[in-house]
Amino acid sequence: MTTKANERAWIGKDIKRREDPSLLMGHATYVNDFKVTGMLHAAVLRSPYAHARILSIDTRAARELPGVYAVLTGKDAAEVIGPVPAFCAEPVVEPAIAIDKVRYAGEAVVVVAAESRYIAEDALDLIEIEWEPLPVVADAVSGMQPDAPLVHENLTSNVVYDHVFTFGDVDGDFAQADHIIERRLRWPRATAAPMEPNGAVCSYDPAKGTMEIWSNTNMLNSASWVMSGMLKIPPHKLNFYPMYTGGSFGSKHFLGKTIGIAGALSKVTGRPVKFMEDRIDNLTANDSQGPDRIYDAQLAVTKDGKFLSLRLHTVDDYGAYFIFAITGNTNMMAQITGPYTFKSVETGIKAVLTNKNQQMLFRGAGSDVGNWVLERLVDAAAGELGIDGVELRRRNFIQPDQFPYKMPTGNIYDSGNYPGVLNLALEHFNLDAWREEQARARQEGRYLGIGLATAQQRSTYSSTEFWLHNPGPATGLNSTPESVRIGVGPTGGVTVTMFSPFWGNSPETVVAQVAAEELSIDPSEINVTYDSTAHALPSAGPGGSRMTVMLSGAVHGAATRLKDKIFKIAAHMLEASPDDLEMVAGHVRVKGAPASTVSLADIGMRAYWFKLDLPADMESGLEGTFTYDHPYTTKPSDDRKDLGAFYPIMGHAAHLVVVEVDVETGAVTFKKYVAVHDVGTILNPRSLQGQIRGGIAQGIGITLLEEVCYDEDGQNLTSTFVDYLLPSSNDVPNIEVYHQETPSPFTAYGVKGGGEGGRMVAPPAVTSAIEDALKPFGVKINEMPITPEKIVRWVKEAQARQGT
Amino acid sequence: MEDEFMPVRISVNGTTHRLFVEPRRTLLDVIREDIGLTGTNVGCEHGSCGACTVLLDGISVRACLMLAVQANNHEVMTVEGLAHNGEMHPLQQAFWEKQGLQCGFCTPGFLMTAYELLQHNSNPSEEEIRYALSGNICRCTGYQHIVDAIRLAAQSMQEQAAATTPSGTTA
Repeated sequence: MTTKANERAWIGKDIKRREDPSLLMGHATYVNDFKVTGMLHAAVLRSPYAHARILSIDTRAARELPGVYAVLTGKDAAEVIGPVPAFCAEPVVEPAIAIDKVRYAGEAVVVVAAESRYIAEDALDLIEIEWEPLPVVADAVSGMQPDAPLVHENLTSNVVYDHVFTFGDVDGDFAQADHIIERRLRWPRATAAPMEPNGAVCSYDPAKGTMEIWSNTNMLNSASWVMSGMLKIPPHKLNFYPMYTGGSFGSKHFLGKTIGIAGALSKVTGRPVKFMEDRIDNLTANDSQGPDRIYDAQLAVTKDGKFLSLRLHTVDDYGAYFIFAITGNTNMMAQITGPYTFKSVETGIKAVLTNKNQQMLFRGAGSDVGNWVLERLVDAAAGELGIDGVELRRRNFIQPDQFPYKMPTGNIYDSGNYPGVLNLALEHFNLDAWREEQARARQEGRYLGIGLATAQQRSTYSSTEFWLHNPGPATGLNSTPESVRIGVGPTGGVTVTMFSPFWGNSPETVVAQVAAEELSIDPSEINVTYDSTAHALPSAGPGGSRMTVMLSGAVHGAATRLKDKIFKIAAHMLEASPDDLEMVAGHVRVKGAPASTVSLADIGMRAYWFKLDLPADMESGLEGTFTYDHPYTTKPSDDRKDLGAFYPIMGHAAHLVVVEVDVETGAVTFKKYVAVHDVGTILNPRSLQGQIRGGIAQGIGITLLEEVCYDEDGQNLTSTFVDYLLPSSNDVPNIEVYHQETPSPFTAYGVKGGGEGGRMVAPPAVTSAIEDALKPFGVKINEMPITPEKIVRWVKEAQARQGT
Repeated sequence: MEDEFMPVRISVNGTTHRLFVEPRRTLLDVIREDIGLTGTNVGCEHGSCGACTVLLDGISVRACLMLAVQANNHEVMTVEGLAHNGEMHPLQQAFWEKQGLQCGFCTPGFLMTAYELLQHNSNPSEEEIRYALSGNICRCTGYQHIVDAIRLAAQSMQEQAAATTPSGTTA
């Protein structure tokens, strides 16, 4: 049993993050700050062509440059490493360094290790390559044509995955509909672009056959067995060290290629090698671009505005490789029908390989796309049916008494109060006043728009997500654990050890708060550390908004085990029954007899150094470990008509936004932004608000600015921050954030994950606001980013149509 | 090879360093690799993200766009120069209080930019702060918490200044 909300001392308390002082003083060690004696530096020669055969590579001059230790082509590297680990069932093979042909501009062709990065880059200039350019697959639609050139010649088509999932009687529900709302929608290719690029230091010991790896991969324990095949070293001889990570947003899950490059060079040179991407490496080749989808989307609705069914068919441009298969599309099926009651849903997915850097994951992981598509349809339905958007949503919300709710795909929504969240947002917004202000502004020739989105933010994935899109029996992974160790030392000091790294979230604050709660001490008294995979307990690492849920559960479990031993020792010391004891302020005392007390230091000293004074048969030492498994997951059915519970810890949010659009310049200015989020019990309001506001900034980014652009030759036109536009301090407004807390029935303390919600809900809300501002022109927005150039063009086109 | 190196004398956070460096090496790499101060981070190496911002004679520069030899006989201040005896500067304290950071990678650049702003403008408006920060990119926070932190820092630095007696000792 976890404590009741009103009894909690630390959970829910607004406290400063314990991660911050070392980050603020420049003391935290990111991978690029890490050095080891004898370390060499790697640099990568990248393909200038999007699709070309490598006819010959001459590396002689590069090898002769003083300070150069190794020059490896893809074929050279293949003698020491295998392909990059991939999770797809399809035979799409990615080498860390291209072999025989390149499939996107920026793909690694030759790598060099030298005594400095400068010399390594000098060596790249001395390499001669003879190329045979091939016709380019520049986009998914042309890539689907039967005569399209093949990105992978071992496949018969660039359409690498093509399947329609149907849940419920979609045809029947569409036949019953009074209206079918249709839109063709385009979600743009974006990229996470964390401020810190990917990097790794690999150190191979040929005598022991071991490799130590310091990198910013976020999935250490998964990586240690997943990378084993590539590095050709058994998992137990790999040791991954956790490093502080300068942001990931989904882009640093594995880093197979980065570790492959540094690992191959270390194996060949016998020296530690650092490979740190530069910004161009990261923007052109980080293997983690976002979804790039065209949707044919249909919503079946009755004349009263009751939603019946959804049909969403997408063509998704996956780029040149397929390491995470269609996970971005699978993810969306966790919440594809949003916060609304639907009877059925159909989703068709055509994944197409093209000559671009590949997709993997970016905050939202495809569910961001689903929210935008669904809310675009809901706005369209409101317009076409003449029902107010707020009212239409209210008519379709799943009601608070319907939870746990099984949605059409089979995923479970654990808890929620969607009308409550919307009401709270409206309370803080004053919709009527803004409608009046909008009307007044239009009299003045100004265009204000009001946008609303009510959408889901799933959290805490189960690993069934990674394979349930494949047909056949349910045989894939189904564990997604996270562990901690809590130790009490002989002087009473408490240390919590984690086995997954910091990636910009607040894991140290989370575990300290929960441990403080359970052990009745102040979080500032707790030491928090991380351990490498050689010493690790099971962990899956950050991603899919899971760490707050999983670490809370793990600390709760470990503290329970630890307290059991603490109470047994204290009972022995106090000659009392363990059941009569309580923990208060770092002491154990007999309930009702506060004078009968022992401190954690007394108990620790007894546990470590007074074996003969411990209860009989008790081992020395004082620690509790716990592996918290996914709190609620089930397998998919073999026919995949039911995907099982794979993302059941379900948050929700409502965003209300006012923008002003300058129709002459296309500039969008925010006048008000209200966000209400419900992610269950809040652990630390301050860090949650940071996640929400930062996520909204990224959502504004993709709505207004961000797009990875390729030209018809497959050249990446956005390979620097001058071209790939991230929101700046002048693009993101102040955001009013409010909370509703509907605890999860499945997790420790009722916590849900809140790491992605801001980014998942902002795009539909901001799009809706801009469309509302342009309503006098009849502009329908079906694509992002909504750039100034597009706004001006749409308005001009509308004026031409209207003859004004 | 010796003629490819140039002698430079760079003061960093009050300590003078005499080094021989290749003229092509950036100030950023020399601060991080030769002097060993890794608080200043490498974000883009083309001057557009601001993560590597340091102060040169009190004026903010992009350490990735400057060669170390250009800093010869100049004084550099990095993020490590803000705290004294392990105690954070009021600006750092304010960033902590307002959680003006998440992953922390861009933070040293923001701190140095904000430090420069507050040297010239002890009570900046929100608009002035946002303008001053427009050359630094943060991918985590959405900026609002950073703006709030700088406003708090301005306030606490003013209070601290007011509490200082004319003789310069703290009252």
